[in-house]
This record gives sequence, C-alpha cells and structure tokens, in this order.
Amino acid sequence: MSTWMEILVAIFLLLGSVFSLVGAIGLYRLPDFFMRLHGPTKATTLGVGGMVIASMIYFAGQEQGISLHELLITLFLFITAPVSAHMLAKAAMQQKLSISEQTRGKPWEQ
Amino acid sequence: MKARRFLPHPLLSLCLMGVWMLLMNDMTFGHLLLGAILGWLIPLVTQVFWITPPRIYRPFRLFRFFFLVLGDIVVANLQVAKLILGPTSKLRPAFVEIPMLLEDELALTMLASIISLTPGTVSADLSDDRKTLLVHTLDVADDEQLIAEIKSRYEAPLLEVFTCSTT
Repeated sequence: MSTWMEILVAIFLLLGSVFSLVGAIGLYRLPDFFMRLHGPTKATTLGVGGMVIASMIYFAGQEQGISLHELLITLFLFITAPVSAHMLAKAAMQQKLSISEQTRGKPWEQ
Repeated sequence: MKARRFLPHPLLSLCLMGVWMLLMNDMTFGHLLLGAILGWLIPLVTQVFWITPPRIYRPFRLFRFFFLVLGDIVVANLQVAKLILGPTSKLRPAFVEIPMLLEDELALTMLASIISLTPGTVSADLSDDRKTLLVHTLDVADDEQLIAEIKSRYEAPLLEVFTCSTT
C-alpha cells in the first residue's frame, strides 16, 4: 500500500473518530433528553461514515479487489438509527420527561 | 396478472439480491444465482406481510435526491458540532409541528428518517391522522423558516417522486 493511501485512510479514520467524539460530548453536555438525542445522530452518520470510507480504501489497497460490503453497514444504520431515535423520542414524551426551559413549543400529549 | 403472482415485488427482489451480493463480497456466478433465488423466494413466501409498494414516477430524481441528502448530512454535522462544543445556554431548542402533504406510508417513513438522520433535527411523532409531524430541533431561530426549508428541500422532491402531480 502506497504512502498517500495510508495518509488518506488515516485522515478518514481521524475524521470519523472526531465526529463520534463530538457526538459523545454532546450526549454528556446537553441539558435535556430531547437535546441529547441529537448527539448520537452525528455519530451514526459522519462518524461511522468516515470509518467505513477508511475501511473501504484500506481493503481496496490490500489487492483483494474493491470491497463494497461496508456499504451494507451504512445501509442498515440508515434504516435502523432513525427508527430507534423516533421510538426513544416517543417514549420520552409518554414518560413526560422534563424539558429545558428554553424550549419553545410543547411535546404532544400521548 | 400471472407475472405479479410469481414475482410479487420485483424491486424488493432486486434489492435482496444486491444485499446478498454485498454480504458475500464475492462477485461470482454461483453467488449471483443463489442471490437471485433468495431474492425470488423471500418476497414470495412473505408477501402477505408487505404493504403495497408505491409507484416511483421519477427514479432519476430519487437518485439525485439521495446525493442532496448526503450533502446536507455532512453540512449539518459541521453545524451541530459547532453547537455542541459552544455554550449550551445559548441554544434555542424547539418542538415544531410540520404539516404534511405526503400520504404514502413509505414516503412518510423516508421523510421522517431523513429528518432524524440530519443532525440538529429529530422526528419525534406523527399525528394519528398522518397530517402533522412533530420535530424536535436543537437550535432554531425561526420556526416558520425551518418548516419552509424542510417542505421545499425534502418533502417537495419526495412528492415529485411518489405522486404524479404536486397539485
């Protein structure tokens, strides 16, 4: 594997890791449950996306032909992640979890 | 009618075959054949459970829409990263109700998923009559502007793809 490919793999890995880290920080810092939900959506999109691209470049460089089954990770994540976020939000509204005072608008009564 | 009976969901069959090929990561004729058999058999056996798929009127538009959403996800990721690392007391979270024009189940699911995948907005609930979507946003200055943006950016293309006319 040539040096510039290794650099490319490293860049994408770092990018993915940084976004996952920011997502985790968001999960820790944000004040209420609904706002915290926004943290993980970052980790599932660009975080995993960066690592998947890095993996594809790495295995393409290993002389095994193009590796495409990483795309499935993205596909399954894109199908499952929004559904779980939606169910979490619905459950939170049913439990009437406290929301921060800055929030405009109201959650629906279930 | 006969063709419908033996191949109830042609598009689903094609998708299953594609997923099988990707899972195996091996583009040989044997796996292509096995994938084709699975893609034919699974929808046939489970057809009672499937909803009737909507007709896709403009497949090319759907393809372009996919890349628009990918681009938006990247941009929104950067914006939300800035919001998370900045002071949390300045955030302006809000629940926003968005009236929906879409009626088809699959199209509504796609729209709600896209809203959740774009950082900064999470779809929280759909009203029982399927006319209103409740969205929670992390930081929004103007509710009306957000509603207009979601409707023009995401709902309008989906309307074009899944129904023949927008009027």
